[in-house]
Amino acid sequence: MASAEQVATQAVRRDIRDRWLLSAPALLVIFFAASGPLLIVLVYSFLTPGPYGDVQWTFSKEAWTSVFLERDIFDDTLSFASAHVTIFWRSLKLALMTTIATLLIGFPTAYFIATRSEKSRDLWLFLITIPFWTNLLIRTFAVLQIIRNEGIINTALIKIGIISAPIQILYTDTAILIGMAYVYLPLMVLPIYASMEKLDFRLVEAGYDLYATRWQVLRRIIFPLVKPGVIAGSILVFIPAVGAYVTPSVLGGGKNLMLSNLIELQFGQGRNWPLGAALSITVMVIVMAALLVYVRNTGSSETRHG
Amino acid sequence: MTWKTKATAVGLALLASTSFAFADGELNIYNWGNYTSPDVIKKFEAKYNIKVTITDYDSNDTALAKVRQGGTGFDIAVPSQTYVPIWIKEGLVLETDPNTMENFKNVAPEWANPDFDPGRKYSVPWAWGTIGVVVNTDVYKGPADSWSIIFNTPDELKGKVNVVPEMNDVLFAATKYVGAKQCASDKETLKKVRDLLVAAKPNWIAMEYNTIEKMGAGDFKATSDWNGSALRQRLANPAIHFNYPKEGYGLWSDNVVVLKEAKNVENAKLFQNFIMDPENAAGLSAFHRYANGIAGSDKFMPADMKDAPEVVIPEAAKAQGELQTLCSPEVQEIYTKIWTELQK
Repeated sequence: MASAEQVATQAVRRDIRDRWLLSAPALLVIFFAASGPLLIVLVYSFLTPGPYGDVQWTFSKEAWTSVFLERDIFDDTLSFASAHVTIFWRSLKLALMTTIATLLIGFPTAYFIATRSEKSRDLWLFLITIPFWTNLLIRTFAVLQIIRNEGIINTALIKIGIISAPIQILYTDTAILIGMAYVYLPLMVLPIYASMEKLDFRLVEAGYDLYATRWQVLRRIIFPLVKPGVIAGSILVFIPAVGAYVTPSVLGGGKNLMLSNLIELQFGQGRNWPLGAALSITVMVIVMAALLVYVRNTGSSETRHG
Repeated sequence: MTWKTKATAVGLALLASTSFAFADGELNIYNWGNYTSPDVIKKFEAKYNIKVTITDYDSNDTALAKVRQGGTGFDIAVPSQTYVPIWIKEGLVLETDPNTMENFKNVAPEWANPDFDPGRKYSVPWAWGTIGVVVNTDVYKGPADSWSIIFNTPDELKGKVNVVPEMNDVLFAATKYVGAKQCASDKETLKKVRDLLVAAKPNWIAMEYNTIEKMGAGDFKATSDWNGSALRQRLANPAIHFNYPKEGYGLWSDNVVVLKEAKNVENAKLFQNFIMDPENAAGLSAFHRYANGIAGSDKFMPADMKDAPEVVIPEAAKAQGELQTLCSPEVQEIYTKIWTELQK
């Protein structure tokens, strides 16, 4: 007869086995649906481009070299890939500015919603999420209709006589920023609101009782408490903004490449799939770095306030 | 009606729509978006009792990459002349010998034996056209038959010019403008081309495909463009003119090929033959707004296309037209670098 101990270990073993079996479908999906394609991208980045697209199965580090270094077309010297760096920087800068713009608009919005009565909060949240019901492309074209030379803003300004000729907004960096901020705003408002909703407003009152100014209350009480929401919102906006494709193309006029356009060029007319693959992985590394910063920040803020 | 009877009725209707539409066969066409005349397809379906399905693509590279992967289920594709040799070389297309088909006699002599498919063993002409300069004459009244509109923009048009971002087309035009042969691979020419493009870009407002709407709305006052697109713009605004650059302009042609992996080969051949009929070819043109390469189709052409300066190349401009070819992979690589630098 088995001892109680043996029975127990058997039970534990069975338990472990069952856990593995139960999680097997999820693990398989993760492996094949997420890691599998990524692995192919990684492999492709070390191959030689085929003459008319696709790849040839010979090992080459050329793609990775050309991510960072470029061989001058005319004198064959290697130099820093300034074109790629400029494009990377443009996308990062745009993502950062979008994050800041959505934060500046989103924070007061979330505060406003969180301080309404319980009933009307739902209505406000509902209004924030409405744009999500429509396709991104359609929302972007709506912005285009508003800011174009014969659009609503310019026509109105000319009609009331403030300007005589239309202001060129479309196809400028301002246009891209307006579009991006509009498109990604809900992603900023919702997490901040989630944190703000949990905020105990008695703390705010206590702050005022102790003669804190409005600015001090915001900086010392409200902001630290909703910081996780702010960081979550910033990440949610930043990551898709780095790879934004539709909005910059439609509103920016496609004169300047974004990261995503650069990658698309390699898989399309450029016919350099390995370089496209290497660039894609580089973008992932950048995004991952941003995520790490996020994890660190939230971790330390928890220890400080925990 | 209760919801049950409603559901049954809907279900039956769905069933009817699929199972009662018996057709003798199927044909799956893989073509550029917004390019296939529904009327001509209906006529083909009725004549041969074949059900046609159309799937869109947006670039030659997409189409090539997808078909190369195999298992697409498509019978027919419509690659451009620069890509037809690649499709043939990679063994993606079936030798259907259109030159022996009944309607082949209608193919215009200049399209009957093209370099990209000598003897027309694989492909049938679908459409052909030109790439030139479109100008809104309300804004600019000077001579516009030159790529200088794009590369050395006159003052009236500065900051109002669009360039359609087809890399090979733009580099073809720039190469012609500096006075070299297409696909010229010498460093000196390529350098001139790069410098020309980089210097020209500050005068452009955008690099977009969406020219018909933007020229119409006045966001652009000039653009590089395909002739059929220019025709639509002129019909919307008579001040918009298409010009054939005197330095040399590109000709292109899209061609119907049957895929090697096609399941409905006979139907696909019927289609190849069908569109070489002048009346059907004119029907295709009426929709996509380009010429079709079929002799005798002009008498069936819609009135607004018969003498359109965009479709019928004026005698004086004929000599400068040149069929664009695909450059060597080496030149192509440099083109990509120039293109990246231009848009950085």
